[in-house]
Amino acid sequence: MKARIKFSKTGSMRFIGHLDVMRYFQKAMRRAGIKVSYSQGFSPHQLMSFTSPLGIGLSSDAEYLDIVLEEADMPQVMADRINAVMNDEIKARAFTFINDNAKPSMASLAACDYLIAIKPGKDNKLSCTEFTHKQLEGFLNQDKIEVLKKTKKSEQVIDIKEHIYYMSDNAEDFGNSKGTSPCITEGCLPVLYCRLASGSVINIKPGLVLETFCKYAGIEYNEYDYQVHRLEMYAKEEDRLIPMSEYNAIDRKDPAFIYKEEGGCPDV
Amino acid sequence: MRKLALSDEILLSVDKPARYIGGEINMAVKNPEDVDIRFCMCFPDVYEIGMSHLGIQIIYDMLNLRDDIYCERVYSPWTDLDKILRREGIPLFALESQQPVKDFDFLGITLQYEMCYTNILQILDLSGITFNAADRTEDEPFVIGGGPCSYNPEPVADFFDMFYIGEGETVYYELMDKYKEWKKSGQDRTAFLKTAAGLPGIYVPQFYKPLYNEDGTLAEFKPLVPEAPSTVVKQVETDMSETYYPRKPLVPYIKVTQDRVVLEIQRGCIRGCRFCQAGMLYRPIRPRSLSFLKECAKEMIESTGHEEITLSSLSSSDYKELPELVYWLIDEFKEEGINISLPSLRIDTFALDVMSKVQDIRKSSLTFAPEAGTQRLRDVINKGLSEEDILNGAMEAFRGGWNRVKLYFMLGLPGETYNDIEGIAILSDKIARKYYTIPKENRNGKVNIVTSTSIFVPKPFTPFQWAPMDTMEQAREKRDFLLSRIREQLNAKSIKYNCHDADVSSLEGVFARGDRRLCNVIKQAYESGCMYDAWSEYFHYDKWKKAFEDNNLDMEFYIRRERAEDELFPWDFIDIGVTKEFMLKEYHNSKAEVVTPNCRNRCSGCGAMKFQCGVCTEGVEK
Repeated sequence: MKARIKFSKTGSMRFIGHLDVMRYFQKAMRRAGIKVSYSQGFSPHQLMSFTSPLGIGLSSDAEYLDIVLEEADMPQVMADRINAVMNDEIKARAFTFINDNAKPSMASLAACDYLIAIKPGKDNKLSCTEFTHKQLEGFLNQDKIEVLKKTKKSEQVIDIKEHIYYMSDNAEDFGNSKGTSPCITEGCLPVLYCRLASGSVINIKPGLVLETFCKYAGIEYNEYDYQVHRLEMYAKEEDRLIPMSEYNAIDRKDPAFIYKEEGGCPDV
Repeated sequence: MRKLALSDEILLSVDKPARYIGGEINMAVKNPEDVDIRFCMCFPDVYEIGMSHLGIQIIYDMLNLRDDIYCERVYSPWTDLDKILRREGIPLFALESQQPVKDFDFLGITLQYEMCYTNILQILDLSGITFNAADRTEDEPFVIGGGPCSYNPEPVADFFDMFYIGEGETVYYELMDKYKEWKKSGQDRTAFLKTAAGLPGIYVPQFYKPLYNEDGTLAEFKPLVPEAPSTVVKQVETDMSETYYPRKPLVPYIKVTQDRVVLEIQRGCIRGCRFCQAGMLYRPIRPRSLSFLKECAKEMIESTGHEEITLSSLSSSDYKELPELVYWLIDEFKEEGINISLPSLRIDTFALDVMSKVQDIRKSSLTFAPEAGTQRLRDVINKGLSEEDILNGAMEAFRGGWNRVKLYFMLGLPGETYNDIEGIAILSDKIARKYYTIPKENRNGKVNIVTSTSIFVPKPFTPFQWAPMDTMEQAREKRDFLLSRIREQLNAKSIKYNCHDADVSSLEGVFARGDRRLCNVIKQAYESGCMYDAWSEYFHYDKWKKAFEDNNLDMEFYIRRERAEDELFPWDFIDIGVTKEFMLKEYHNSKAEVVTPNCRNRCSGCGAMKFQCGVCTEGVEK
C-alpha cells in the first residue's frame, strides 16, 4: 500500500542535500523495521519518491515522500516508529495512507508556502515592519513583476506576477499556516510569507521572489542574510489547494488513514 | 538545536557541508562539562575516507562506553574550508560538540598511510597546537599516534607526545586512568609523559635520542629517562570474541567510501607474504567466533539501517567457518534486500557459488592478486597463489557467466627480472585465452581484463625491510616495458593496463623506512604548501625535492640502499613479536626462492607465539 510522509528538516539538516536525505530515509526505514517494497532485479531499491527537493540551506516544516509499504499500522504508530530512529532535526510530522492509484506527489504539486526570515545579526530595512508593509503593497501593485530567469543554456525575462499566488508580511492572514510556529533557525526574524507556483511545469523559487522584491525596495540583496523556510506543499483539487498530507488520502479525517501532528514542529 | 562551529555562509560556500556538522546517527552525545577526559579522535584525511575506517569506530565506541570520557572526532578539512579557517582565524573543531580541538585533553591521530603526514601538520596548525611535542605548553592536548604507520613513527616523532604501539582495545583505559590521576595531582606535562612511557605499548619519542653514524645510518637509539623502556612491545588483543566492537556504528549523511556495515571476521593473516606489512604486524591470526559475528552483524544492521554488509580481513578464505557465516548472512539478510560483499576471497567453487548468489554476475568482476607475473617471483615473495589456481578459478567463473577479471601486480619486487614483468602480460593473456576456449554460444560477450600494477614499497617489519626500492626511472621503464609487452599479446585489445604514480611511491618509500631527521623535511614541505599528498592533484613533487635538499637529506639514502644485515633500524626498538631474526631468515629464503608454509600448515617460529593466542594456540593442523 502507498503512504505519504510529511517531515520537517531544520537546523544542521539544512546542509544535507536531497540525495542524502533519500539515503537517510532508506536507512531510517530499515532501522524502524518498516517493510518497504523493493523494486525487482539484482540491485533492488526501496520504492520511495520525494515531492520537491529542497535546496541546501533552506529549512522546512513540510517535505514529503511517498513510499510503497508491505505492512500497515495505525498512521500515528507508523510516525512514532519512524521518529524513534531519526534525529531531532528531521522528523515525521504527518503520515497518510493514500490511494493506490495516486500519481507521484511531484506530479500533483501545485504550490508551496514559504516563510522568509532575516537571520540573527543580519538586520536590514526589511526588519522594519512599516517599511516592508509599504514596499510590499507597491511591489504587488505593479502590472508586471519581471525577472531574469537564467538556465544553463539561456537567459529569459519572464513575468512572475501570476505565479505569486499570495504574498504578505503578516502571519495572521496567511491562510493555511495560521497559528503554526514554524521551526526556523533560532533567532530568525520572520518578515515575509509567500505562496508560489510550484511543480514540474512552473516552479518559482522563493529566493528569486525575494531578490526581486529587494531590488524593488532598494535593498541590497544578500542571500545569506535570509533563512527561507518551507511551510507547506499543496496539490490542486478542482480550484482548491489541498495540503499534500491530505491529497490522495484514503480518508482525510479517519485516524486509521491519516495522522497529523498538531501545531508547529517541536522545539529542538 | 545544535550549535554549529561554522556560520551558514561558510557552510553554504564549501563543498559537502555535511563533512563538518556532525550529528550523524549513533553519534555519542554527552555534555563535555560532565566528563573528566575529552578525547578527539582524528583521521588526517577528508571525512569520507576517515569515516570509512573501522579502527576509529572501535576506539570511539570503546572510549564512549565510559561515562568519564567523551570521545569526539575530527577529519582534515578539505582545501576549500582549510582556506576559510585560516583566513577567518577559526580554530579547528570536533564534530560532536563543535568545540575547538585545542581544548581537548587528547588528540588521537591514526596513521594509516605515509602520504597523510603533512595532513597531521594541517590538523595541528588549524587547531593551534604547537608542532613540536617537546615545546607544547601545559594547556595543549596530548597528541597520541596509532595505526600501522606508528610501527615506524620516527619520521613524524617530533609532532607526537606519544604513540600507542598495538591494538586499541588493550591499553587505552589504563592510559585514561593514569591521565585522571595525573590531572588531579597538578604535576607538569613531563610527569604524565613519564607515567605513560612506563605503560606497555606506549612510546614517548622525546624521551629517546637517536645517534647517527657518519654514513647516516642509526648508531644508537638511547632512552633518556629511566621510565622509557629500551624496547616497546606491541599490544595484542588476545580474545577477539570477548572484546569491544561497535554495535551501533556511526551512519554518515553523505556517501562515504565504506557506506556499509563492516564485520571484521578475524585479525592477522597466516600467509606470510614477504612484502606485506599487515601480515607481519597483526600476527598471530585471531578469528572471531561465529556466534560473536552473527550477533554483531544483526545488531549493526538493525542499528544502522545499512543496505550492505562487508566482511573484513586480510584473507577471508582463511576464516575456517566462512561458508557457514556467509550462508547464514545470505539467509538472514538477502530477503531484506541487504547486499553482502566479500572482498579478499580466493576464487574457488565456494566463492563462485556465493558470488552468484549475492552479486549480479554481469556487473561484478573476479579479482586475483598474483602480485608477481611468474611462479619464480611468486616464490620469492612467498605468495601462495599458483598460475593453476588462477586459471582454474577464472575458467570456472567464465563457465558461470563472468567475463570481467581484475588482476593486481607489483613492479619492483626484490629479485624481479624483465622476464617476470613480461610474465604479467603473458598471464593476463592466458586468462583471456582461457575465456575463448568456451564455445561462442556459451560466452557472455567479450572478456574484459584489467591489469593493474603498483610500485613495490619495502616496509618495516617485513622480510624485505633490507631491500632496495626501484628509482622512479626504473619504475617508469618497467611500466613502459610491460605496456609494450601487453600490446604484443594475442588478446591485447581485451587487456586494460593501469599503473600507479612513481613519484608518490618514492616518497612513501622514504617515509616508510625513514628516521627522525625527516620530521624537518615534512615540516618544511607542509610550510611550503604540501597537503593531501595522497591526492595526486595536490601532490607537489618539486616542493618535496626542495625540502630534502634544504635539509641536506638524500631520498636515495632511504630507498636505494640494500641495508646491511646488522644495520640498526629506526624502528628496531619496537617489538612486534615477529623477530628480526625470522625476517632476516625469510629475506634469505626469498633470495633462495624457498617458500615458507602458512601458519596453519606449519609453525615457522616467527616469534608471535609469545602472545599465546590465535593460531599459535590452535594446535597445528595437517
